[in-house]
Amino acid sequence: MSLLHVAVLLPFLYTILVPFFFKKIARVHTGWFVIVVPLLLFVYFLSQFPIQNSQAPIVRSVPWIPSAGIDFTLHLDGLSLLFTLIITGIGCLVVLYSIYYMSMKREALHNFYVYLLLFMGAMLGVVLSDNLMVLYVFWETTSVSSFLLIAYWYQRKNSRYGAQKAMLITVFGGFAMLLGFLMLGSMAGTFSIREIIGMRDVVTSHSLFIPAMLLVLLGAFTKSAQFPFHIWLPDAMEAPTPISSYLHSATMVKAGVYLVARVTPIFGGDMNWFWIITIGGTVTLFWGAFMAIRQTDLKALLAYSTISQLGLIMSLLGIGSLALNPSYSAQIDLFTGAMLAAIFHLFNHSIFKGCLFMVVGILDHETGTRDIRKLGGLMSLMPVSFTLTVIGGLSMAGLPPFSGFLSKEMFFTGVLSVSRTLDQWTVLLPIAAWIASIFTFVYSMILVFKTFTGNYHPDRLDKKPHEAPLGMLISPVILASLVVLVFFFPNLVSYSLLEPTLHSVFPNLLGPGESFSVKIKAWHGLNLELFMTIGIVIIGTLLFRTFKKWMDIYYNLPRKLTLNSFYDRGLAGAENLSSRITSFYMNGSLHSYLSYMFGFLIFVVGGAFVLQGAFGANPAGASPITLYEYILAASIAVLAGFVIFVQTRLTAIIAVGAVGYLVSLMLVIFRAPDLALTQLVVETITTALFLLCFYFLPKLKSETVRIRLRLVNLLISIGVGTVLTLIGISAHSSSQFKPIATYFEDAYKLTGAKNMVNAILVDFRAFDTMLESVVLFTAGIGVYTLIKLRKSRRGSR
Amino acid sequence: MKFSNVILQSAAKVLVFIIMIYSIYILFAGHNNPGGGFIGGLITASAFTLLYLAFDVETVRDIIPLDFKIVGAIGVMLALLTGLASVLLGDNFLFQYYEYVNLPLLGKTGLGTAFVFDLGVYMAVVGTTMTIIRSISEDE
Repeated sequence: MSLLHVAVLLPFLYTILVPFFFKKIARVHTGWFVIVVPLLLFVYFLSQFPIQNSQAPIVRSVPWIPSAGIDFTLHLDGLSLLFTLIITGIGCLVVLYSIYYMSMKREALHNFYVYLLLFMGAMLGVVLSDNLMVLYVFWETTSVSSFLLIAYWYQRKNSRYGAQKAMLITVFGGFAMLLGFLMLGSMAGTFSIREIIGMRDVVTSHSLFIPAMLLVLLGAFTKSAQFPFHIWLPDAMEAPTPISSYLHSATMVKAGVYLVARVTPIFGGDMNWFWIITIGGTVTLFWGAFMAIRQTDLKALLAYSTISQLGLIMSLLGIGSLALNPSYSAQIDLFTGAMLAAIFHLFNHSIFKGCLFMVVGILDHETGTRDIRKLGGLMSLMPVSFTLTVIGGLSMAGLPPFSGFLSKEMFFTGVLSVSRTLDQWTVLLPIAAWIASIFTFVYSMILVFKTFTGNYHPDRLDKKPHEAPLGMLISPVILASLVVLVFFFPNLVSYSLLEPTLHSVFPNLLGPGESFSVKIKAWHGLNLELFMTIGIVIIGTLLFRTFKKWMDIYYNLPRKLTLNSFYDRGLAGAENLSSRITSFYMNGSLHSYLSYMFGFLIFVVGGAFVLQGAFGANPAGASPITLYEYILAASIAVLAGFVIFVQTRLTAIIAVGAVGYLVSLMLVIFRAPDLALTQLVVETITTALFLLCFYFLPKLKSETVRIRLRLVNLLISIGVGTVLTLIGISAHSSSQFKPIATYFEDAYKLTGAKNMVNAILVDFRAFDTMLESVVLFTAGIGVYTLIKLRKSRRGSR
Repeated sequence: MKFSNVILQSAAKVLVFIIMIYSIYILFAGHNNPGGGFIGGLITASAFTLLYLAFDVETVRDIIPLDFKIVGAIGVMLALLTGLASVLLGDNFLFQYYEYVNLPLLGKTGLGTAFVFDLGVYMAVVGTTMTIIRSISEDE
């Protein structure tokens, strides 16, 4: 256990305390207790800065399942550090913001903060794990906590729908990714990412290389909401706004980006990798920006914009990966530049989008709506929020003097460098990027101007709007000032954060003494990138002005063909199919269920015995049968036969009980006192139970069942009897396995118990006993719920 | 179906105590003689069942005001936790320890964690059996 492990586990452990804070110290907002965690972690990770600049990653390992090659290994390098700082830093601000956003009187705050901390720990685990399996566990934990947070207001139908959708899509991708990880593990013989990177030559020449790549990308694309898996993100906006700002823009949706960057040293340089990520990213960028314009809900607009920006980062990651391809070694600076742009934009996006989400949360909080059609003219009423929106919005649109401008220019450089190096038709990439950027500009303008300028309609709002309380403004103000600060001093970030990150994405690219050029400049001279930006502003303004005239194209899009309706119909179809399959065999008839079980016993168990040739009767070593035993066996047989023919239930119950008591007598003769005692008590209690139920059971009537059914019943009972008898006989005669009985003979020496049966139960095979207790108890709870639930349903009717 | 059987009720009042004491003896005896948590639990449950047969449901609920679901849950947890205790001490899951100790009055006595495990089984059995019997008999 190292401090790094403690850092990852701290949020998980802290969740235990949260309900106590909420219940016992109800006068103080629970958030004040929770904020300690991200604050501590942020300071801890900041303190790793000087260590990190030496560029050797910190590796700490704790064995977990060494036999399967799974160790809880954490490693902190530039890329991880960047993400941990974003997670804990924005985590701090989000918790601070939530203290004012979430009402401590109306909301179940303990749930909220438990889920939030769960997410924080899981996300830290994702970005710090070196072992692929550990990474996977944390990865799915983020999906689960995201599910819980989206469904936080679970009374709402939309929340449940959105949560389910997010869960299904991201976990589907997660499973695919797990498969990909397993393939990677089998190719390299290890699950450690660092070791797999070291065996890159083995992996790239393996036949599983492409399948593993596709599966890992599926995981990354679903998590990072890339087209066509982006549909879950807009529905995830049902979560409380602090969560949208934290999980669904700044951190969790970047997990896919992180994964792609993390495995770039393994897959990067391969042309398939480049094409899939670059084209996938560009399509997402374009489609997200295009769809964002039509949204009337501010959060939905931001969700599509997040999708679009993630696509941008993704496509840059694809372009940057070409630096690892030996055939483009001449343009290596251009491609490392693209990678730098990806990392820089990831950082910028977390900041300005976090800020924008918080402002939209303020608007929602203070006006009671997020609908653009109802909002307008709020500039004079909420001047601070307006300023924050302008800063965030213009940064998103890529205008100076905001940080978004810098990474946007670098993005253009990246796509242009592809079209200059590769085939002719790749000129489509910068064109698509440029058009998408125009759309980005338009929706940023919509966000700023439709909300804050124009006519003010107090009659459309539920509340009288006024500026948010100071505490709610602190977090977005900090983020917005970072946006401006980074524009003027980009190299503060560049040398401290981005360069180490670039080192961990391209660990083996540099020769000794070389370094990446990470200097970021705001002014590049009059180049094509700048003209592209000027073009965006001009055309974007025109489009924004004439928005009403061309927005009709959105309503002419075919409704049936959207991905959402495809998802909905697919889900409904799957539910339908599975319920039909289930109701086919779960038909509510006890007779059918018993037939399945007995059929299984006859065909599978009996069949296995036949196939193995395990049946056999060998009387050697058996004791002679005494007169008592003959009498007992005969009485049991007679009584059992009698049960079939009795006319009343009471007689049947007594006869069955008698059979049981005779069996326990048999056990006495065989000198098995433990078994005899157990059988005796079990029989007593079962008979009593039968008598209790007796009152509720219908009269035993001479059943007028069809002859065919009776024949089937007869066959089944004969089959079960035969199979069990044969198994019993063969068990004694078999010599297939060496008996383990001799081991138990040492019971006294090993366990200090003179009663061997009990030693087996509580010591040798205690695991069996424990699980049996669990099963028994579960069955008891099952009976209880069956009876009580039925009752309450009747009561509610 | 209200009936009172004086003979059964008078006998039950005495018998329940005898059966209970016997069941606890069986629970402790398990290590060296026939018995153990499972049988002990069943015998306790049968003592309670006898009460149910002799008296009506309300009376028995007043005599034993236990929530048997919780008894069962505690039992299962106890069995699980004794298993985990050995993990914390660096041994395998469910490894059982035993030691001979000189206790006042009892003299040299064998003490083992196996007993705690067996106690868990005992409680799980009592809890489950009584949960089932209670929910069926109290169902109207």
